[in-house]
Amino acid sequence: MSTQSSRLAARVMVAPSVVLLFIWMAVPLAMTLYYSFRLYRLISPDRTGWVGFTNYLWFVNSPEFWLAMGNTLALVGGVLAITVTLGILIALLIDQPVKGQGVLRILVIAPFFVMPPVAASILENLFMHPQNGLFAAVSMSFGAQPILFLQDYPMSSVIAIVSWEWLPFATLILLTALQSLSSEQIEAAEMDGASALNRFRYIILPHMMRAITVVILIQTIFLLGIFGEIFTTTQGGPGSASTTLPYMIFKQAIAAKDIGRAAAGGIIAVILANIVAYFLMRGIGRHLDA
Amino acid sequence: MARATSPRRKALTTLAAWSVALVIFFPVLWMILTSFKTEPSAVAMPPQLFTADWTLENYAEVWQRSDYPRFFWNSVVLSLGSTLLGLAVAIPAAWAMAFVPGKRTKDLLMWMLSTKMMPAVAVMIPLYLVFLKLKLIDTHIGLVLALMLMNLPIIVWMLYTYFKEIPSEILEAARMDGAGVFKEIAYVLTPMALPGIASTLLLNVILAWNEAFWTIILTTTKAAPLSAFIASFSAPQGLFYAKLSAASTMAIAPILILGWFSQKQLVRGLTFGAVK
Repeated sequence: MSTQSSRLAARVMVAPSVVLLFIWMAVPLAMTLYYSFRLYRLISPDRTGWVGFTNYLWFVNSPEFWLAMGNTLALVGGVLAITVTLGILIALLIDQPVKGQGVLRILVIAPFFVMPPVAASILENLFMHPQNGLFAAVSMSFGAQPILFLQDYPMSSVIAIVSWEWLPFATLILLTALQSLSSEQIEAAEMDGASALNRFRYIILPHMMRAITVVILIQTIFLLGIFGEIFTTTQGGPGSASTTLPYMIFKQAIAAKDIGRAAAGGIIAVILANIVAYFLMRGIGRHLDA
Repeated sequence: MARATSPRRKALTTLAAWSVALVIFFPVLWMILTSFKTEPSAVAMPPQLFTADWTLENYAEVWQRSDYPRFFWNSVVLSLGSTLLGLAVAIPAAWAMAFVPGKRTKDLLMWMLSTKMMPAVAVMIPLYLVFLKLKLIDTHIGLVLALMLMNLPIIVWMLYTYFKEIPSEILEAARMDGAGVFKEIAYVLTPMALPGIASTLLLNVILAWNEAFWTIILTTTKAAPLSAFIASFSAPQGLFYAKLSAASTMAIAPILILGWFSQKQLVRGLTFGAVK
């Protein structure tokens, strides 16, 4: 049906989306690139000039940078591992014939509707707080000292909070995939004497691969930019213990008021995101076949 | 998968599934319960699930001390406005990609999705300066544009997967009858794809409602939505648990209720049409 005229119409129809997205991406990116080679501190706005790669060198040579890189990877990898593993287990459980499946789904999906600042402040104050938190009460009822979550395990605490927010998404998608699996296939395998583990390994898991792919792709997009949860809870601390790359950039821009350095960090983050995106799209885009 | 199982097994799995679901839901439940406690009861040790002295005082005080209706209204305007505008831009694009695909269609979709991979913090300052220059800071139109552009790749992607399920012969028949491209989209495609469009709308309203980075950076008071309301509230109120819980409940209640009522469409939307 692609005649000459419909091709032209298609171009016209796609144009607004492409142009808008291009502007939305290119203008801030070009400005960030420009600032990253400039001396630009809000404390001394009069001193400006080209500084070459100084801002980049500062960023890469800062010991905080490698820590932040590690933390960023730990956050993305940790949350993906937790949500996919738990998501598969919970989906398998809910998919069983249980009473009240509808209500169950409503309960499981709830965290997805909680905006990040609320999720972070509720979990931080009502649960992880060393004096008044529920976890502290549980520890004390066993006669143990309360765990100082944000103090002693800042990165794990952030990973836990973010995992709670994203678990419903993973679970729902995996559950949807599971429900489309025909029961005859499972029953046949059962009759042939395949153990539960083998049924999972050779029938259920391959069937869910596409759904797992979607979960990883979508979550990575959102996880790479996680910021609000850290801002609300640990503020990147103690020290730099829970500073991720986005948070390190934020600290340079807002606390240190050094726009040049923050911009250099921004460009580094964009390059990293593109590397991740490239591998994701290559490895995963194929399966998606949208 | 409907399979015959023994009653005992069913009881056991039901128990296990309900326990897991309650653990996941518990933080939300605890927050709602705490919002009805007095401040001393909220931090009582040992913690109490229910207290005798339950109160609506926290809600009254939050309502009095902050302009909740304005924040709420801004959230509605921003999330609905950005999603509707996004749909208006994305429906034609998704039509073109689904029914007149070219060699580059798939690359274009991937490119659109990849724009979402740029960390927001990385471009925070340039974007702030652009908004300042265009006098868009703390305006509805500025925030609607920002949220729309943020979610546009997802809207296009979702619509594309829904449109692909519609047989192109039907659209061709409309064209044979002399309908132009706009009529074809407005009167044939849109009504047929309405369930998919509704799912897309729902998911993106939720994403926009819960967006808490640009909404906080780019607003001060006039256009600030509920995410900014809660951010301003939790900082000085961190230790007033009952009031913090009440404010938090007020911030998420509208979307929680909307989400629960539209669960079916939403689940379909959540899978981005990629999982059936």
